[in-house]
Amino acid sequence: MSLKTLARPLINSLRDLLPVIAVVVFFQLVVLQQPLPNLVQLLSGVALVVLGLTLFIQGLEMGLFPVGESLAHALARKGSLFWLLIFAFSLGFGTTVAEPALIAVAEEASEIAAEAGAIANSQSVQEAYADNLRLTVAFAVGIAILVGVIRIVNGWPMHWMIMGGYVLVVFITAFAPREIIGIAYDSGGVTTSTITVPLVTALGVGLASSIRGRSPMIDGFGLIAFASITPIIFVMIFGMVVH
Amino acid sequence: MHWSEVLQTLLDTVGDILPIIVMIAAFQFVVIRRPMPNLRRVVIGFIYVLIGLTLFLLGLEQALFPLGRLMATQLTDPAFIYSGIERIAGVIHWADYYWVYIFAFAIGFSTTIAEPALMAVAIKANQVSGGAIHAWGLRIAVALGVAIGITLGAYRIVTGLPIHYFIIIGYVVVVIQTFYAPRMIIPLAYDSGGVTTSTVTVPVVAALGLGLAETVPGRNVLIDGFGLIAFASLFPMMSVMAYAQISEYRAYRQRSKLSE
Repeated sequence: MSLKTLARPLINSLRDLLPVIAVVVFFQLVVLQQPLPNLVQLLSGVALVVLGLTLFIQGLEMGLFPVGESLAHALARKGSLFWLLIFAFSLGFGTTVAEPALIAVAEEASEIAAEAGAIANSQSVQEAYADNLRLTVAFAVGIAILVGVIRIVNGWPMHWMIMGGYVLVVFITAFAPREIIGIAYDSGGVTTSTITVPLVTALGVGLASSIRGRSPMIDGFGLIAFASITPIIFVMIFGMVVH
Repeated sequence: MHWSEVLQTLLDTVGDILPIIVMIAAFQFVVIRRPMPNLRRVVIGFIYVLIGLTLFLLGLEQALFPLGRLMATQLTDPAFIYSGIERIAGVIHWADYYWVYIFAFAIGFSTTIAEPALMAVAIKANQVSGGAIHAWGLRIAVALGVAIGITLGAYRIVTGLPIHYFIIIGYVVVVIQTFYAPRMIIPLAYDSGGVTTSTVTVPVVAALGLGLAETVPGRNVLIDGFGLIAFASLFPMMSVMAYAQISEYRAYRQRSKLSE
């Protein structure tokens, strides 16, 4: 491998990072008018980020994408809808239940609920609440991928389902306890991690391209969208049941 | 940087990847019962992802997150906002927070450009569309959407307006756009809402939301501190559809120019 092909991805990563560095430096020096703390640490940190991003993108093309697609092809070839759906659900559930961002949100939510007086203000009750919330979100994501895969298999148009989801969200918002609404809306965004997204995208695209009559562009994308709506609905229902 | 910190980040990433690997392996052996193609390459790929993500998070935690969080607190600090402005006790004006809005916009845009999950989706969309969707065009469209979303979200916290009004109006706009946008972009646009907010964006943006909710008088951290992420997931749908609509319009104009 020549030096040029080696340097190219690194330069690309640096370019991806440049805007955020520029913003932070500008606000620090010009707006807040403070010196940059510990320049060495800053620069070595940026070097780590650039290197990490480059490796990640490389690994994406070598590992995550091919795995998602080859599994989709293999399951489609097997022709068993049952196993395909089991796989879809467990992929959604399994990748979400251990998600660090979700664990943090669930803990925060349990404190909010305790302060609002919705649940007893004790350690064990709060922990149970956080665990149940986490399971609820993971279940919601599992259902989302499952429904999304059924959609791909049948070629249903995406927008009607998403709009139906919106109507449900709006409808349930009217009945949900106020403290849970913000958390519910946020939980839609935090569920899909940096590893889940490429895998799920590759699964959808792989599935759509191995089923005859499906277009990878129109039918392959959309799984993430389902995974961002169902948690909102499920968490609000959870709030209504528990509070 | 301590080794314990490196180890902790590595373990967190392993914990994130492990359930996925176990599940994939189980399906491969039990259901598909055939060796995975290019297994060696895939394993190396996963190792790259693991090490890459660990270094990425470590670097962010070392260089950008502390500064970003500190900035969010300093910019929302009343001492900064009201320096030089005569302040009427207890009354705030939303426009006084202009640096907060500018910061919200800039940080929303720039962190989204650096978001690895979005890069993945952009690469895939570019491949699948046969180059019709440019990876950069898509990323910039999403980043603009996030920037607008976070700015509006910050405005909402300052004014204390209820979150669901914004969300519901946003949904209505998305629905209307859906009927006019090119059909092939719609699923991708919907996806881009959920993709945007992960590793890079969430920590800084959450700090901004909590900082604002803590310092703006009359706001409740518990009720108003959340919700910025929801805004950041809503607006990219609109901006991506708008991007497709603009591209289509430009292609149409070019065609009609050629036929003249």
